[in-house]
Amino acid sequence: MNTTTTIEAGLVHQQFDDIGQQREAAKLGMWIFLATEVLFFGGLFLSYTVYRFVYGHAFVEASRKLDVVIGGTNTAVLLISSLLMAFAVRASKLDQRRMLTGLLLGTAFLGCVFMLLKGVEYHKDYVDHLVPRMGFKWEGADPGNAELFYWIYFAMTGLHAIHVTVGIGILLVLALLAWRNTFSNGNHNTIEIAGLYWHFVDIVWCFLFPLLYLVGHR
Amino acid sequence: MKTAIEIDIQTEGEMPREHYLNVKTGVKAWLLTMDHKRIGILYLWTILVFFLIASVAAAMMRIELLTPQGDFVTNETYNKLFTIHGVLMVWFFLIPSIPTVLGNFAIPMMIGARDVAFPKLNLLSWYIFVAGGALTLWAIIHGGVDTGWTFYTPYSTTYANSHVITMAAGVFVAGFSSIITGMNFMATIHKMRAAGLTWFRLPLFIWSMYATSVILVLATPVLAITLAVMCVERIWGVGIFDPKLGGDPILFQHMFWFYSHPAVYIMILPGMGVVSELITCFSRKQIFGYGFVAAASMAIAVLGFLVWGHHMFVSSQSVYAGMVFSILSFLVAIPSAIKVFNWTATLHKGSIHFATPMLYALGFIGLFTIGGMTGLFLATLAVDVHVHDSYFVIAHFHYIMVGGMVMAFMGGLHYWWPKITGRLYPEMAGKLAALTTFLGFNLTFFPQFILGYLGMPRRYHAYPPEFQMFNVLSTAGASILGIGYLLPLIYFLWSLKFGRVAGPNPWRATGLEWQTPSPPPKHNFEDKTPIVTEKPYSYSAKEDADLNLASI
Repeated sequence: MNTTTTIEAGLVHQQFDDIGQQREAAKLGMWIFLATEVLFFGGLFLSYTVYRFVYGHAFVEASRKLDVVIGGTNTAVLLISSLLMAFAVRASKLDQRRMLTGLLLGTAFLGCVFMLLKGVEYHKDYVDHLVPRMGFKWEGADPGNAELFYWIYFAMTGLHAIHVTVGIGILLVLALLAWRNTFSNGNHNTIEIAGLYWHFVDIVWCFLFPLLYLVGHR
Repeated sequence: MKTAIEIDIQTEGEMPREHYLNVKTGVKAWLLTMDHKRIGILYLWTILVFFLIASVAAAMMRIELLTPQGDFVTNETYNKLFTIHGVLMVWFFLIPSIPTVLGNFAIPMMIGARDVAFPKLNLLSWYIFVAGGALTLWAIIHGGVDTGWTFYTPYSTTYANSHVITMAAGVFVAGFSSIITGMNFMATIHKMRAAGLTWFRLPLFIWSMYATSVILVLATPVLAITLAVMCVERIWGVGIFDPKLGGDPILFQHMFWFYSHPAVYIMILPGMGVVSELITCFSRKQIFGYGFVAAASMAIAVLGFLVWGHHMFVSSQSVYAGMVFSILSFLVAIPSAIKVFNWTATLHKGSIHFATPMLYALGFIGLFTIGGMTGLFLATLAVDVHVHDSYFVIAHFHYIMVGGMVMAFMGGLHYWWPKITGRLYPEMAGKLAALTTFLGFNLTFFPQFILGYLGMPRRYHAYPPEFQMFNVLSTAGASILGIGYLLPLIYFLWSLKFGRVAGPNPWRATGLEWQTPSPPPKHNFEDKTPIVTEKPYSYSAKEDADLNLASI
């Protein structure tokens, strides 16, 4: 599998000996970057954990006001997008140009659906006076702690939304390049690395969804 | 057998050889370079600028502290001065110093690679660093920040009346440059080693840079999110550190020190790596206990993540947490002591050459030991209550950061200077600078241990008259230290033109970087990358007994 053909040799950057070394280095670099991202989100996960522990009841009450239907739909949308991404990686390895372009566009499309639903939900939160400092109103007990929950909710989902937006941008560029046949003849590493990033974005949401939406539900 | 000098004299008259410095010249070629060696030099100039600005801030503080009255600057200006000094020295000089300059320059050559794994990202990291530095300088020029380098909440989020957001943004941006550098080094060390260069044949500098990279990659993002959240809270007046909502300002300290304590080890591990190279080369001996020294680097990196609470012994943290953090902090002394003992054991019966880099390395061992031992005082709960936030703490971490890291950086810079420029610095001037630095440093910071123990708190521009004598000693020492830093600046620049041609291996060192000409060709090695068949530091004292390195 790893024997370097003459076509592949053209893809090797000057600092590497062969395509195998280049692929492994790039993949490792992406994994290290994802470790960085885990710690980046980690600061917010830590804050959530601390205050969930201290203000458990207020967090449960606040969580109930979030829209589980939209959140759940978005979870499904992202999981399906990750599936398409996995297919896209396979398509790139099999040199299926049309299939690859289509799958990348499909993944990006689902990313856009996610963002759209998220926007609808943010608007709903605003109308319900759940945005801290922007007309926040809380009828129940401990309004301060509830506001803290919503602050963390917006910080975490907002940071995640930035990552989804970046991901959509990457996918669209890759779709264009795929259409121009850039990833043929073994040059599929970029797709695989972008896939790692997209799966990471998906996994972060898989943690956010239960922590933010489900802690208030039985 | 010809000596290196003869070979150089022979080749000097011929056509100038093509190397990384003359292969393409001009500003554009430098600003768009993806050569790790050139990027190292870009970083060297950049951190020099920040070092000079931060030194001026330090000099102004020392002038203020000459007299007990606050007469040179106002207390507000003084607060801004120590913030400038701390922010610039920590994030824009010490953290990038050895990794981005010497690491960038030497790592690929030391592992027999043509470049780092991601040269474009490497250049990008420099631009990000410059952008972060520019933001920080903007904040300084427009009035400065008075929070101290730690940006503690709620002062930074609510009360400070200065450019906190801009400066924090500068540090935030520069953090991504650290992350990229760490990522690049890790991928490079994992995947780009020359044939035969197994993990346990790696020079110890590579091990320590690997440990540093792990910290850079895992700790820096936590600082980034902490500063981002702090800025959001300052802008919108709401956030997780906000007591009005039941938030906790102490959480900021936890998150900040979760980064900043490991960051302290970013500011010492690379120095330890450099010293391992210097001690072996200039005592012509195999390192004593290679495996232990390498493992100690990794142990320090791992333990570094578990001790942040020792910055918070008096912050209302629970006594039990304090005890755990105290014990864990003591544990760091074990790998640190392993290193010091192994270096001294390496010196034992070595054929020691007191060349300039070696003087810096020996200075490092002494000063690091004092800094490390006083760290144990501070890790002791009861003692820390007494000396917390006093000059004792200042003296302790300057012994590590300046006495340790800056000495190692200077030692490493002298050691690799012939490789970087192809020319030797003047040896006598080098020795003089090393000694001046050592004396000036001790005179500056040793009195501060006493001051702190007597109870002088940090961060005040005025103090009771009985502390004046030690403060005068300290300021006098700082002036000598300043000369110690200015001297190399002068003779390094001088040597660019007038220094003696170094030849490929002026120190008869064993590393792969010395097997290629100085300055190295664009892709580091002339034709093929080398093949490694033996352990590092295969020095033989007997063979080199008659070799007079200092005369070269």
